[in-house]
Amino acid sequence: MAQTQKVVLDADAIRRSVRRVAVAILEATSGIEDLTLVGIRRGGVAIAARIAEEIAEAEGKAPPIGTVDISLYRDDAATALPNPKIGPTDIPFDVSGRHVVLVDDVLQSGRTVRAAIECLQDYGRPARVWLAVLCDRGGRELPIAPDFVGRTIEVDERGRVDVWIDAAGPDRVVLTEGG
Amino acid sequence: METFAHRHLLDIEGLTRSEVERILDTAKAFFEVSRRPVRKVPTLRGKTVINLFYESSTRTRTSFELAGKRLSADVINMNISASSVSKGETLQDTCRTLAAMHPDVVVIRHWAAGAPNYVASRIDCSVINAGDGMHAHPTQALLDAFTIRRHRGTLENLVVTICGDVAHSRVARSNANLLKLFGCEVRVVGPRTLLPAAVDSLGVRVYDRLDEALEGADVVMVLRIQSERLEGALLPSLREYARTFGIGAKAMALAKPDAIVMHPGPMNRGVEIESEVADSDRSVVLSQVESGVAVRMALLYLLAGEATESPAIGEVG
Repeated sequence: MAQTQKVVLDADAIRRSVRRVAVAILEATSGIEDLTLVGIRRGGVAIAARIAEEIAEAEGKAPPIGTVDISLYRDDAATALPNPKIGPTDIPFDVSGRHVVLVDDVLQSGRTVRAAIECLQDYGRPARVWLAVLCDRGGRELPIAPDFVGRTIEVDERGRVDVWIDAAGPDRVVLTEGG
Repeated sequence: METFAHRHLLDIEGLTRSEVERILDTAKAFFEVSRRPVRKVPTLRGKTVINLFYESSTRTRTSFELAGKRLSADVINMNISASSVSKGETLQDTCRTLAAMHPDVVVIRHWAAGAPNYVASRIDCSVINAGDGMHAHPTQALLDAFTIRRHRGTLENLVVTICGDVAHSRVARSNANLLKLFGCEVRVVGPRTLLPAAVDSLGVRVYDRLDEALEGADVVMVLRIQSERLEGALLPSLREYARTFGIGAKAMALAKPDAIVMHPGPMNRGVEIESEVADSDRSVVLSQVESGVAVRMALLYLLAGEATESPAIGEVG
């Protein structure tokens, strides 16, 4: 079967999805007083920034943003080859007692999210941890469910979902199947 | 992603510039871990690190121990000077014993140059040289490089003056090897009796006078006068050494205004370094200690991660 590529979300659709997620976050957490966003490196960082922009537009104020790098918390950290380049984890605020929304671009097995939760807990004890993703492509291997989803994409395990945001070319989400 | 192709760290020689940069960049991420509320990550859970020390060393051993523990590895300390050697066990038998314990990493300090290479050839695990005789001390050189980069912003094309007992110093040798990779001008200065016979082979510039060696230096590395190694009359007296080669404020005034001063510790205050310098804001001695843990975490991560081929638990997606 030939490989097919399809843009499943274009720049406009991404913007609408992010806005919808931002509104849903505000409703669920009732305001931004205790709200913080934490992007999971690397894909989640840009999405978290976009969500924060939308929230700032709606509320006049952006929530604090942090980033986590989950390399050290992977369940295959010691055997993964090659060992990945570790990026900075940067959580410049106390997460204790706050509503923390973890943000990632694509949710699949849920292992990254598990690792991110574990990492987050080393920084304090949030009142609640939420999960926001731009795309949920299914294929969970852990009991993890997102609270806020931009778009659900039906794709089998061989398919690939690539999110291009703040990269070369227009913002887009590309689904690659077959091949 | 480029893999880290080495199984052992025995010497700086054999590392490329980009591999050194890889280690230092990785250490940067680990530096942050030591400043978190919970200073521990689960990365090396289930891995075993054995610290095999044939020479007493509180700070290097503690640094490796902390590095291993902050990565959740199980760390075992074996101070051999106090046990097996006195009972006559050979290094070969010690290797066999250790191999039966299935360690993932052995960190070894030994009074004999080459002992880490010997162990690496006999135990099926990663070996890190924590100092062997007068040969090499690669983790010290890496942590010094990390510290310099942290305080000077770069490692490139600096003037680095190494003062003191260069002949007995594996620290000097490893540092010179590493700094040359980055185009640094490495100078050594000290009494002729404390400069190695083949000093030219180090590829450094040799000075007899401290003032000339310090002029325009970005980094002043002060070595410890290792009185325990000075058998015989290499030095007339420690007082005379302090007067001629000790680093005080007057000497530091000859270096660049923003020069930093380093010391691998433990310091002999009043001999190779004066308190007015050791406690000044140009001293990065404590930063070296903090960097040491981060660099050793990075090395354990890079080496132990590839030490065993246990089946992957699953892909992260």
